[in-house]
Amino acid sequence: MATATTPRDDQRIIEFDVRTDEMLVNMGPQHPSTHGVLRLVLRTDGEIISEVTPHLGYLHRCAEKIGENVTPIQYIPYTDRMDYLAAMNMNLGYSLAIEKLCGMKIPEKANVIRVVICELNRIASHLVGMGAYGLDLGTFSPFLYAFREREMILDLFEEVCGARLTYSYLTIGGAHDDLPEGWSERCQKFLDYLKQRIEEYHTLLTRNAIFIQRTAGIGILTREQAIAYGCSGPMLRGSLRKDLGDPDWDLRKTEPYSGYEQYDFKAIVPPFDVAPPEAVVGDCWHRFYVRMLEVLESIKIIEQGLKKYAPLKAEGDALTAEFEAKKPTLAAPEQKKELEKANAAFAARLGHRIELPKHLPPGETYVETECPRGQMGFYVVGNPAKSLVPLRVRARSSSFSNLSTTNLLCAGCLIADVPAIVGSIDIVMGEIDR
Amino acid sequence: MTSAEIIAVLEGQFGAKIKAKNLEAIDPFVTIESADLPAVCRFLRDDARLKFDILSCISGVDYLEPDPKKVAKAGFEPHTEVVYHMQSFAHRHRFVVKLNLPRWKGDKPGELPEVPTVSNLWPAADWHEREVYDLSGIWFTGHPDLRRILLAEDWTGHPLRKDYEFPLEYHGIRGR
Repeated sequence: MATATTPRDDQRIIEFDVRTDEMLVNMGPQHPSTHGVLRLVLRTDGEIISEVTPHLGYLHRCAEKIGENVTPIQYIPYTDRMDYLAAMNMNLGYSLAIEKLCGMKIPEKANVIRVVICELNRIASHLVGMGAYGLDLGTFSPFLYAFREREMILDLFEEVCGARLTYSYLTIGGAHDDLPEGWSERCQKFLDYLKQRIEEYHTLLTRNAIFIQRTAGIGILTREQAIAYGCSGPMLRGSLRKDLGDPDWDLRKTEPYSGYEQYDFKAIVPPFDVAPPEAVVGDCWHRFYVRMLEVLESIKIIEQGLKKYAPLKAEGDALTAEFEAKKPTLAAPEQKKELEKANAAFAARLGHRIELPKHLPPGETYVETECPRGQMGFYVVGNPAKSLVPLRVRARSSSFSNLSTTNLLCAGCLIADVPAIVGSIDIVMGEIDR
Repeated sequence: MTSAEIIAVLEGQFGAKIKAKNLEAIDPFVTIESADLPAVCRFLRDDARLKFDILSCISGVDYLEPDPKKVAKAGFEPHTEVVYHMQSFAHRHRFVVKLNLPRWKGDKPGELPEVPTVSNLWPAADWHEREVYDLSGIWFTGHPDLRRILLAEDWTGHPLRKDYEFPLEYHGIRGR
């Protein structure tokens, strides 16, 4: 019997008074709150979980094996399908790896396009992460609002490359195409719109009493555990403490690529002034809030990027005019070759794309980029026999390492906390199973 | 620390146990014997100058040219490599450690080469080693729970080996 001093509302304490049996509960692979096809086998005792065994591989598509059989350009669409919510960031990671292997230098304009596009995709990805997290916890409306905003980003991407989910836009040597006419203005308009909406999300979720009860103090991951398990991205940052001297751990800061060092932004590291009193650094609430603030930082980066892009775009326009003026009118056979040459030179000066070498050099490289879900690494081994097809492509997925903490976080929790914890990791199974 | 300094520290500690080093590579690395792996990794993780507390990635690379006509041009002897990419949270440097293994233990086809586990040093290695075992066919001795992770439990073979042949049939599902 529960004594008078027992807090009646704490399920965990009441549970001890009821005789229960150990039971195995299968959650997934088809379960709305496992974000895809993740299967969790829960060992439960009443409402309390003693062990969680994740089973992966339901979405395994042999991405690494395919990488050994196709050329780098052909592989770009496969990277789209890894983290399909942040396909642009995946494209960039693989492109950077191949470029580092070949020692290619990317034009400034391409770098600016890459940063703008990737940050836009980060916002889209965090919007889904945030909306779906609300869905996991039983509130439907944030999901709809998040998708409304995401839709606008997808429209912007559709204008850029014609695709809405699997873009293959950022490619080896730069970007596939230049940004279309008037895109910057439309993008800026969207950012202005989004900035006003963020406050609504804070009202709907961040400061929502039910949301706080479901997330604050749940699934606490300590700083040491996060590092030891190789966690990265918001998962790691949510466990750090700036006031205790932790660094701004963000690859865009610590190992800048694509010119991120020229942008003014902050790496989001707790503690936060607005954190509710029951929240602890490293819990689900902090991971969620890190994502929310990252959206604001991304907006800042995109605005700076668009400012950088304007003069580069104008330069391209000047080149077009110059080229049109000089364009030979007669296309006689001897002039045709010249025209082709001029075309190639023009494309190079337009500055969003350079050509890939004929074959990959021998040697190998490992490149990590900061994707919405954490540090996504690509390890590419060039073929010693002159070939454009790499000998080995390895994708180190951030969600894979993040998900490996599930058992650690869920053991001792209530069954209802499992969706809250798994949702806060913000996994995409496409990236884990590859 | 630069890679050259890291390699110098390692050579100072382990001397002849560092079998090979490559400073010219894009990501400089050292090659060691698999028996020395736990000691070297423990040192890499715990030494105050190095402090590689994040294990980013473990990969298996199979060096084999399956086409007999192209063997002469391949440019390598058949072998398997296990590559450890690590990173330091405190010092923000990165490093690569490699193991050179025969493709099969004792050159007997079907016998997986063995490597001591590092999952006791970095919990992150747990799933990564399971994946390398699953796809590249390397047995990690001392691993607490070495099961297949991405493929089905009853799958045969290790697909990232270059001589892997896709099954004709799996539980009534036609392959190829």
